[in-house]
Amino acid sequence: MQEVAGNGLLDRRLFLKTGFGIGAATLLAPVVMKNLEAAPEAAPVNTASPPWMHTPGAGYSTYGMPSKFEDDVVRFPSANSAIPGNGVSWTPLHLLEGTITPNGLHYERHHNGVPQINPSQHRLLIHGLVKNPSFFSIENLLRYPLRSRICFVECGGNSNAGWNKSPIRSEAGYFHGLVSCSEWTGIPLPVLLDEVKPTKKAHWLIAEGADAFAMQMSIPLEKAMDDAMLALYQNGERIRPENGYPLRLILPGWEGVMNVKWLRRLKLTDCPVMARNETSRYTELLPDGKARMFTMVMQAKSLITSPSANMLLREAGLYQITGLAWSGRGKITRVDVTADGGNTWAEAELQEPVLSKSFTRFRIPWQWNGSPATLQSRATDESGYVQPQRKDLVAERGRHGFFHYNAIVSWQIDEFGSVSHVYDKDEIAESSDPVDIDAGWD
Amino acid sequence: MIKMKSPKALILLILMLAGTSLRSYCETLLNGPMLGEPASSEEIAAWDISVMPGGDGLPGGKGSVAQGRRIYEKQCISCHGPRGQGGNADQLAGAGMGLTSEYPEKTIGSYWPYATTLFDMIRRSMPMTAPGTLSDDEVYAVTAYLLYLNGIIEEDTLLDAEVLSAIKMPNRDGFINVYEETGGN
Repeated sequence: MQEVAGNGLLDRRLFLKTGFGIGAATLLAPVVMKNLEAAPEAAPVNTASPPWMHTPGAGYSTYGMPSKFEDDVVRFPSANSAIPGNGVSWTPLHLLEGTITPNGLHYERHHNGVPQINPSQHRLLIHGLVKNPSFFSIENLLRYPLRSRICFVECGGNSNAGWNKSPIRSEAGYFHGLVSCSEWTGIPLPVLLDEVKPTKKAHWLIAEGADAFAMQMSIPLEKAMDDAMLALYQNGERIRPENGYPLRLILPGWEGVMNVKWLRRLKLTDCPVMARNETSRYTELLPDGKARMFTMVMQAKSLITSPSANMLLREAGLYQITGLAWSGRGKITRVDVTADGGNTWAEAELQEPVLSKSFTRFRIPWQWNGSPATLQSRATDESGYVQPQRKDLVAERGRHGFFHYNAIVSWQIDEFGSVSHVYDKDEIAESSDPVDIDAGWD
Repeated sequence: MIKMKSPKALILLILMLAGTSLRSYCETLLNGPMLGEPASSEEIAAWDISVMPGGDGLPGGKGSVAQGRRIYEKQCISCHGPRGQGGNADQLAGAGMGLTSEYPEKTIGSYWPYATTLFDMIRRSMPMTAPGTLSDDEVYAVTAYLLYLNGIIEEDTLLDAEVLSAIKMPNRDGFINVYEETGGN
């Protein structure tokens, strides 16, 4: 097998070559362990004739659940101890495949809990600089022509442990999993705006949620008229309460907090409202004391989801490197992977279809020779934007921005096959004082 | 020759010629089922709690620093600490370290660009255990106390819509509007 980059990276088409599939399969090393703790030993069964082939299976269910053997595939919540509804829960990206996040595993970020809203008691008000201020009931909204699109939603604070001086030890999803990808179905926002007729002075919409925080964010009218959606369905079913039931604003590619959940009000204005979450928070302090404001677009990011932090490669052999890439600017055009810490790179295969502002799954085969290796992925999007090195991002933004961390992620595999999160060698000097990021989830 | 009555009709014609998918989208835009129900100005006033940076949306009423201190010490101190020094929620006042230091402290006084945001945020979201329960006078009072703690207003200031709208925060010019500069990138 011909290497295409250093330390065992193989041609991305390896698994696809005709006549090679079986051969490659026999070379596959045992499946990467989910984590360092070995699964409990199950009692031996005769797999040629297992007991579940000799007794009737379970009956029907009204709503299916995952296998009990997958009970470690869960979100990881972290919340303010005094205010349990103010926090986050991470999607376990490292335990998932494909590009669509199951609804029960979509990440959460609430500022004061999840309201339980009866849709018959909920209305949307559109008002402000419009000719026809109007209320819309959910029942009526469901009568509008609906459209579906797949896109990711990512919290502006996702991956922010990357600003830490020393590498966080969490699994990949519990570090980068404040991002998920769904098929959203709803009403293109321009349809409703056309009915209420914005005046010429209207340039912004203030979106407000019906939660106990009364979340409020300013949205440029230009974005609303471009690809904004009032979503009612997520992956085919009505949106879950924690994702905004019964109505959520979806702004493809833009910061999660702007995708206002439990949407109850859109006010058209001539300027932004300067809400707390677009001034005091979700702004990024730079080293010179100035802060970036209205950084709406989530820039290209990628990470390898397997092998990734805290997994174990049991033996040398052929592995599949797989991961996710996405960009708020549009489509991912390529993902490069290195197995030697960035000395040489090879282009990974992108799983079709590659969709704009959506998760893109990448894969590349890798022959691990049993010696230490450092894996990284680097995304490029259709605007030409290339995911930055951590040292370049930190040099540009400093370490106190808290939001919008999208640097290249390094997973180091030692000679025992243990995978851990590391920073580049030339970044280690600054880790003598491993101070954590300077703010929590407030 | 078709005579165009309006730019909208011209755009429609162009889109019709451009292709079926585009045309159907355009027809959708122009033919929503119009199921909105008119909202009266009284209804809108009851719903709209947004306070704009110029002061639009601020209600009548007023509050003093002393009154605000009493409310703060009852309702806010458990999360934000004495005198806004911080706790399990944001530090609100008393920034000892500047924004360019190794440990920058982003408080109302050192960081927030608009004082109106404070009123808006307290009225809609605070206290977290019973949001939206403070009267407008109480919100003015807590806002006054926090502005006083940050050295923005004097201790004897009576805060109302006019006084609050006129405040220019120390860090008003501390922000780069990335949306205006690069479309939010």
